[in-house]
Amino acid sequence: MAVFGVSASNYRHPANEIFNKNMLRYPIRVYGVNPRGGTINSQPIHRSISEVPEQIDLAVIAVKADLVPEVMAECIKAKARSAVVISGGFTEVGRKDLQERIVAIAKEAAFPFVGPNCLGIYVPSRVDTFFLPGERMVNPIVGNVSFVSQSGGILVDQMIKFTGEGVGLAKAISIGNKALLGELDLLDYFVADPATRVIAFYIEGFGGSEGRRFVLKAEKCGKPVVVLKSGKSPGGSKAVSTHTASLAGDYASFSAVLSQYNIVEAANELELISFCESLSTYTKPIQGRVGIVTVSGGHGAIAVDACTARGLSVPGLPDEIREALRKDLSPSVQEIAALTNPVDLTGSGIDEDFVATVKGFCAMEGIDCILALLLPYIPGITSDLGAKLGGIARQCGMPLIAYVPNVEKYAMLIEGFTLNGSPVAHSIEGAVLMADALRRNKP
Amino acid sequence: MSDSRSEICRIIEAARTDGWVLEPEAKRLFAAAGFKVPRFTLARTPEEAIRFAREIGYPVVAKVVSPRILHKSDVGGVAVGVADDGSLAEEFRRFQALEGFLGMIVEERVGGIELILGAKIDFQFGPLILLGMGGVGVEIYKDVFLRMAPLSEKDAQAMIGGLKGRQLLTGYRGTRGVDLTLLTRTLLSFSSLVMDLEEKIESIDINPLLCSSRDCMVADARIILRKEDGRGSMKRVP
Repeated sequence: MAVFGVSASNYRHPANEIFNKNMLRYPIRVYGVNPRGGTINSQPIHRSISEVPEQIDLAVIAVKADLVPEVMAECIKAKARSAVVISGGFTEVGRKDLQERIVAIAKEAAFPFVGPNCLGIYVPSRVDTFFLPGERMVNPIVGNVSFVSQSGGILVDQMIKFTGEGVGLAKAISIGNKALLGELDLLDYFVADPATRVIAFYIEGFGGSEGRRFVLKAEKCGKPVVVLKSGKSPGGSKAVSTHTASLAGDYASFSAVLSQYNIVEAANELELISFCESLSTYTKPIQGRVGIVTVSGGHGAIAVDACTARGLSVPGLPDEIREALRKDLSPSVQEIAALTNPVDLTGSGIDEDFVATVKGFCAMEGIDCILALLLPYIPGITSDLGAKLGGIARQCGMPLIAYVPNVEKYAMLIEGFTLNGSPVAHSIEGAVLMADALRRNKP
Repeated sequence: MSDSRSEICRIIEAARTDGWVLEPEAKRLFAAAGFKVPRFTLARTPEEAIRFAREIGYPVVAKVVSPRILHKSDVGGVAVGVADDGSLAEEFRRFQALEGFLGMIVEERVGGIELILGAKIDFQFGPLILLGMGGVGVEIYKDVFLRMAPLSEKDAQAMIGGLKGRQLLTGYRGTRGVDLTLLTRTLLSFSSLVMDLEEKIESIDINPLLCSSRDCMVADARIILRKEDGRGSMKRVP
């Protein structure tokens, strides 16, 4: 990697941060470049890329906007293979000419670059062009969700939230002004990327007809695509001519077309995280017939309301299943458990009662997804329950989604689920959203 | 087919100066493209209006035609159930006072459920089709469904099934529904017409599309043209 713009005197220069973190914390050979020379971290700063002793895979360009065309031309001449242009000062401040120049230079040489005006690329433990000091970042968990964002700020913020919810990240790319590489190119890239299972996008808007190409491509890509859109409120006072033009506003059109092509639109951050989490675990679509097991009638009722509001059904249990299940329950709950759906095992429920109920759901034709709402302060529930239920669900091949309050002391219970391939939500609504994602994703 | 194509092109080219295709010509365009349209005439004098009304029989519908009036109901430019010569002549005089008056449409009254069938060439997604419960309240109830064109039969059925008012279309509490096969076919022909005209138009309203158990009729339509330079044409439209 070559980092353009590192400074021997200004240690706070963004390029220095990028240089430092890659040199100190990533398995990368990194070279600083600045015509003024000097040293950084006791390493020489090269006066030009031609002085760098090996071919560069990735040039990180963090110089003043006016200098970018020249630096890019040098990179191409030195046979560097790609670039991330961190620098701002292009179309976002009215310098369309400058942006067009770097696109022309890159196109002529078939030289791929991300940006400008972006944070660039983040691959956990591999490479990081974000100019954010490492100690200020949260280390993402390595996983299989890749995230493409027009906004660097949203990207970093979501990476932190993903980490908080235990959602693993494969790659994160901030595309900024997307002058050359945009959503369509990265969709192609992540479809082919074996480390990526779910492709998430934060999109402000598409270019002309770009949305049409995006949905047609995403529909057939074979991986779940989740989109969070901003700019939903109708803009200014555009003269509106027909009822159709007025009713089919920008966001109404966006949302309708996404759903037409089975792309999962997340309405907000909670949906985005929940959808990514469940789709990174389960990709098989469901019809959305949910079996719910809990130890609290209230939790069951709230879950049913949330399911109904989203078009998921909560079918009743057939008599033979109820009779069989009652026999399998522990003596203390046999008489008091409510064996409808939701199954309420009451505060006397123990691990084995959950196991029996989940096995009962697995045996039911009419159910294709299980929600286990766990309240670990009930005395009969142990920390082993996560692994037990996760294992059963995995064996019977039915998606199981757990709700466990996000409290540190329940970590072992939570990991028992996640390590066995069952996602864990930290709210009832989150658990229902995860089930909804499986219903809405139709690969 | 080539005849109808050249007719469609002629109508669009002739509307360039106004920036949009007014109702009489828009209906001729849809008729040329194979859609059903109520019998109508564009009357320039009260006498012409009365002659045609007698021919098709009262009561009739009367509507103002003006390049300055995009939404006729807003200015009192629509009269439904005009019952005799005297009332028709009076409507004519009333319309004459409206801005940009060119003439009056006299049209047979057809029944059915009012739908809106529209199209918009979207910047991000290209041609989109809109189906909804129509009439003057369309922007109040907003019971509409949008899809990217071209539509498949499955898309068309999903649009019909996606409306809150779908029960009205299938028959609700003793009322007869509409011919859903015909409505599906209408959606598909509209979709292919829009794909053909993609380069020339900005948006289309058919409102109302009057659907019954027998017919789907284009009872009113406007077509906003795309400016030749590719930008919206709205500057010239009120």
